[in-house]
Amino acid sequence: MADENNPNSTNGKNGGKVGLLEKVKAGVKEHIQGLKTDIPAKAKEQIEGLKDPTKTQVYTSIFRHKHDDTPRNRALGVLSNVFLHLHPAKINRDAVRYSYTWGMGGMTFYLFIVLTYTGVLLMFYYHPSKVQAFRDVLYLEHDVPFGKILRNMHRWAAHLMVIGVWLHMFRVFLTGSYKKPREFNWNIGVLLLVFTLLLSFTGYLLPDDQLGFWAVTVGTNMARATPLLGHEGPFGSMLGMTPYNDVRFGLLGGSIVDANALLRSYIWHCIGIPIVASILMIVHFWRVRKDGGISGPAPVMLEAEADKPRRGPKAAGE
Amino acid sequence: MDWRQLWEICSAPDNVPIVGLIPLLAFYIYLAWRQAHANDVLIAQLETDPALAKTHHRKTWPFKPGWQKEVHVWPFLLRIEFLAAIIVTIVLMVWSITLNAPLEEPANPNLTMNPAKAPWYFLGLQEMLVYFDPWIAGVVMPTLIIVGLMAIPYIDTNPLGSGYYTWKQRKFSISTFLFGFIILWVAMIIIGTFIRGPGWQWFWPGQTWDHNRLIYEVNRDLPDIFGITSNVAKAIFGGIVVIGYYLLGGFLVYSLFRRYMGKDFKRMSLLQFSIVQFFLLTMVALPLKMALRLLWHIKYVWITPWFNV
Ligand code: HEM
Repeated sequence: MADENNPNSTNGKNGGKVGLLEKVKAGVKEHIQGLKTDIPAKAKEQIEGLKDPTKTQVYTSIFRHKHDDTPRNRALGVLSNVFLHLHPAKINRDAVRYSYTWGMGGMTFYLFIVLTYTGVLLMFYYHPSKVQAFRDVLYLEHDVPFGKILRNMHRWAAHLMVIGVWLHMFRVFLTGSYKKPREFNWNIGVLLLVFTLLLSFTGYLLPDDQLGFWAVTVGTNMARATPLLGHEGPFGSMLGMTPYNDVRFGLLGGSIVDANALLRSYIWHCIGIPIVASILMIVHFWRVRKDGGISGPAPVMLEAEADKPRRGPKAAGE
Repeated sequence: MDWRQLWEICSAPDNVPIVGLIPLLAFYIYLAWRQAHANDVLIAQLETDPALAKTHHRKTWPFKPGWQKEVHVWPFLLRIEFLAAIIVTIVLMVWSITLNAPLEEPANPNLTMNPAKAPWYFLGLQEMLVYFDPWIAGVVMPTLIIVGLMAIPYIDTNPLGSGYYTWKQRKFSISTFLFGFIILWVAMIIIGTFIRGPGWQWFWPGQTWDHNRLIYEVNRDLPDIFGITSNVAKAIFGGIVVIGYYLLGGFLVYSLFRRYMGKDFKRMSLLQFSIVQFFLLTMVALPLKMALRLLWHIKYVWITPWFNV
């Protein structure tokens, strides 16, 4: 566009070529001059800014509060973080005693995360089909970098998680933490226990070796004997159950542990149960908060107080 | 003494978790017991001194009035969690570097593993197969365990001992749970892992696994002992025995409760009490049935055309 107001316009009628060149020269000169002062000034500013990265826009957009060591910021550090805000900002001073909870629920959850992480990595190398599955495990053990330790970690974390769940349940029982108002969360816990065992069990078949094959054969053979629904169970045959239509067939996708069983195990193990267990864990943690946090260590009660409502706000709130 | 056999069983990679579980359990039982004992001492002291009970903060560790009741999650809880995560990671790393996950030959339906064992955490149920038919050991029992666990909060009406370790205030519930967890679950797993060899036969620790050993056990059924031969009579007799067990046992539980746990009994509704009775008697039935087999070689108590108990 021919623009008369533009001093740098190359089409100027009056300026001619010389005037234009002059103007450009002057302009460039000025900019170079500017470079010498502007840039160092800006650079200085930048470096000054880097000295305190917490003032940058990027930083403040990620972290929504300051980190000076004030009580307010300590609380915000927990509350404004999506992962940490499972926790309240403050808890009872005694609730941090690990001799009380043994940290077992937390460690179980951590093991679940480790298992998810190593499990996803394992999935990159594994095909849930006969012949291939076993070879994949061999390949993983001998050729994949760090494949062996990956597999070992997944397996041992699974065993540890089973032990962790048991011990967690044990301590919840011993501290009477299932009592009012935590009855429902105990039930969520029982379901988590069952799903933890099932996760471990479905994983057992996946290497498709003798150990897994016979363990799962022994395990699922019991399903034959399910009352009413198994072909060898009480009243099963009267209801028309055969090896080809009973619950065991449904579990295995066949009458023997074979390719379909492998695929079903795989899908339950990698998709079905983890999703259900994750949802249950979300509910579990939510309920720990909603039920008033960890149950103790609470002040001991005396025999005489047993049938009276508890003193304090608890009793009033119920 | 076959040390090699013993070592092979204990060091089989999938058995290592159980070898680890035993000292872990011992440690945590000790830890719980220590705190329970301290609390019980405090409770006893407060029971005898009502004036103190009014002012005492009711915990076994010191407390000064000026101290804050709450602490910040960061750092006081999170540092523990981060530390625990690091420790678990290190343990897992060391374990994974030193011990390899097992991998046997490719699955082969024509080559039976002997013994063919379920994963270790289900070995208690597999051990039950010796004494019960699969529909009980494999289906009914796991279902009852799950339902029973879920019922616990609704049938334990004792308001004491909520949120602290104690033994004296919860003797019955704690001993019942210990019986179920330690004896019926963990001990059965230990037997299934360390004792059961080829053919699911009993091999003492250190005894060589003899794959050709055969045991000729002549098992009888309870009706046979009473000379009952007709099938109808067997079914009726067994039914009477089983139902009689629950009725008589139920009465026994009732009298024991009235006598020793009057307060708890008063708090329970009829439904709550019946559920307690049922689960208690079913739990006790396991070792009873085992004793029948081991001492008198009795296989079934109740024989019907459809199922045997
Ligand atoms: C995947 C399995 C599980 C995970 C990840 C898990 C996690 C947790 C966590 C982190 C807590 C907070 C306190 C603590 O660490 O002890 C907790 C509390 C609790 N859990 Fe679990 N848990 C699981 C299984 C169970 C089981 C099997 C039960 C019982 C049958 C159970 C019952 C409870 C109850 C009642 C509480 C509240 C305890 C209290 O207030 O002192 N949970 N769980």
